Amino acid sequence: MLKIRNLEAGYGKLRVLRKVSMHVSAGEIVAIIGANGSGKTTLLGAISGLVGATSGEIRFQDEDLTLLSASRIPARGCVLVPEGRQVFAAMTVEENLLLGGHPLAREKRGELDGLLAHQYELFPILRERRKQLAGTLSGGEQQMLAMGRALMSRPSLVMMDEPSTGLAPLIVRDIFAIIARLRQEGNTVLLVEQNAKAALAIADRGYVLETGKVIIQGPAEDLLANRDVQRAYLGREKLEG
Amino acid sequence: MTSELFLQYLVAGITYGSIYTVVAIGFNIIYNTTGIINFSQGEFVMLGGMVAITLHNFMALPLAILLAVLITMAVGAAIEMLFIRRLRSPSVLRMIIVTIGVSILIREVALHLWGSGVRSLPYFIGNEITTIKLGPVFVSPQVLWVVGTCLVMVVLLLLFFQATSLGREMRACAANRVAAVLCGIETRNMVTLSFVLSAGIGALAGAVVSPITYSQYDNGTGLAIKGFTVAILGGLGNSLGAVAGGLLLGVVEAFSVSVVPLAFQDAVAIAVLLLILFVRPHGLFGSGATAAMKEF
Ligand SMILES: Nc1ncnc2c1ncn2[C@@H]1O[C@H](COP(=O)(O)OP(=O)(O)OP(=O)(O)O)[C@@H](O)[C@H]1O
Ligand SMILES: [Mg+2]
Repeated sequence: MLKIRNLEAGYGKLRVLRKVSMHVSAGEIVAIIGANGSGKTTLLGAISGLVGATSGEIRFQDEDLTLLSASRIPARGCVLVPEGRQVFAAMTVEENLLLGGHPLAREKRGELDGLLAHQYELFPILRERRKQLAGTLSGGEQQMLAMGRALMSRPSLVMMDEPSTGLAPLIVRDIFAIIARLRQEGNTVLLVEQNAKAALAIADRGYVLETGKVIIQGPAEDLLANRDVQRAYLGREKLEG
Repeated sequence: MTSELFLQYLVAGITYGSIYTVVAIGFNIIYNTTGIINFSQGEFVMLGGMVAITLHNFMALPLAILLAVLITMAVGAAIEMLFIRRLRSPSVLRMIIVTIGVSILIREVALHLWGSGVRSLPYFIGNEITTIKLGPVFVSPQVLWVVGTCLVMVVLLLLFFQATSLGREMRACAANRVAAVLCGIETRNMVTLSFVLSAGIGALAGAVVSPITYSQYDNGTGLAIKGFTVAILGGLGNSLGAVAGGLLLGVVEAFSVSVVPLAFQDAVAIAVLLLILFVRPHGLFGSGATAAMKEF
């Protein structure tokens, strides 16, 4: 579904990603782990078109995403739940969700009500808060809203950037449970996490990023058992649930 | 002051206040989607009046006004697509300087096209001495046109922003540009649309008020200052605040005539502006929290 080859990307003169190659197949949860500043957000930014790629290609369902502008990519079925949630603070929960449905083709806008109902079923708290301004939600609720907003356009690939950051352990568990449920419903998820243990526990495969390079990759169980990974990323988990 | 005179001042204040409100809302719409103050906002008002006056030589008044509004909207779109959009690295300051340049450009072109003479549209109903008795006061029907048109525009705009999906997308673009892009919203088109909308409401205001205030190649500048004052007064970006601020400034100005000479009327607006900037920089109705979320 997603196939990245020799991707290089960065900000101005700063080169962050160096020849990153990876892939995601339909129905998988793929985790990307790595230390602060290793380029995880930059990688998701490059896939979603927010960060310009300087070379390499990002094939998504036989289309090169590096050739599309960022606002065109969600309609192709590739949606990002950004780092820090980025909800529309001054708008209501329901308006946020409806905006998430914007990538849908015009003739599918009739499905918006059904999609709303589906998100409310997945995140019951959002139904209770639907007339509340998004900026007044708790951190966990905002994370759920950001996820619900991304799911509104029924994307074939959902990318999530550190969904568990700053949340209490119980909420983190809920979030990971929802991600696991998304996969059961046939979604494909690319998950960036600091919380490597929890991420690898639900993932099928994983990539370890270090200073913009993929240094280790493989099935999630192998990574969990890998000595280097254990020492660097699983040793002391602050956010363990 | 007799109560009759009091009411006359009040009516005058509301009339001018509603024009200032519309100009201020024009500022707000563009500010909300881009974070910039569009200093050519006053020129939209001038163009609405001047173009309608010229077209009225060839066609009926309603058609002339409609065309003038459409032409000004096209000018608004052109400004955005030719200048704002092409900026290499569009910082807020650079965009503001561009709009100042554009306003000078439009004024110069207007001076060449129309000269410096003062013109006006005819009164829509009757003439300058026609009055309607409204309770204890006599008002010109044109006053009702001005206030009514502004009121309708404000209500329609509020409906547009709150109840349509396009309005929702524009607000999203204002609230969080990156998140809007991630929702697949073409933010550049929203910026163009904000210029088109602002130009349209400015031009319509300029046309309906032309019989009362007259039109001249440079009368946009004064209106822009008033509208800007009102936008600050109401809290930048806050359209309901602009309504209250507009009426307030209009009324204060109207009553100031009884205290200070007419020639100082503009000074009153500037004094109000400075006073607010010193005392309540976020406007009477704006809050520091929302202002801090904006770039400016
Ligand atoms: N907008 C930007 N402009 C310039 N440099 C940036 C920008 N964003 C990130 N960087 C730099 O790129 C590098 C990678 O950052 P990135 O945000 O991708 O890391 P990350 O793996 O997501 O880290 P974290 O776990 O802290 O979120 C860092 O050195 C960072 O300083
Ligand atoms: Mg990051």
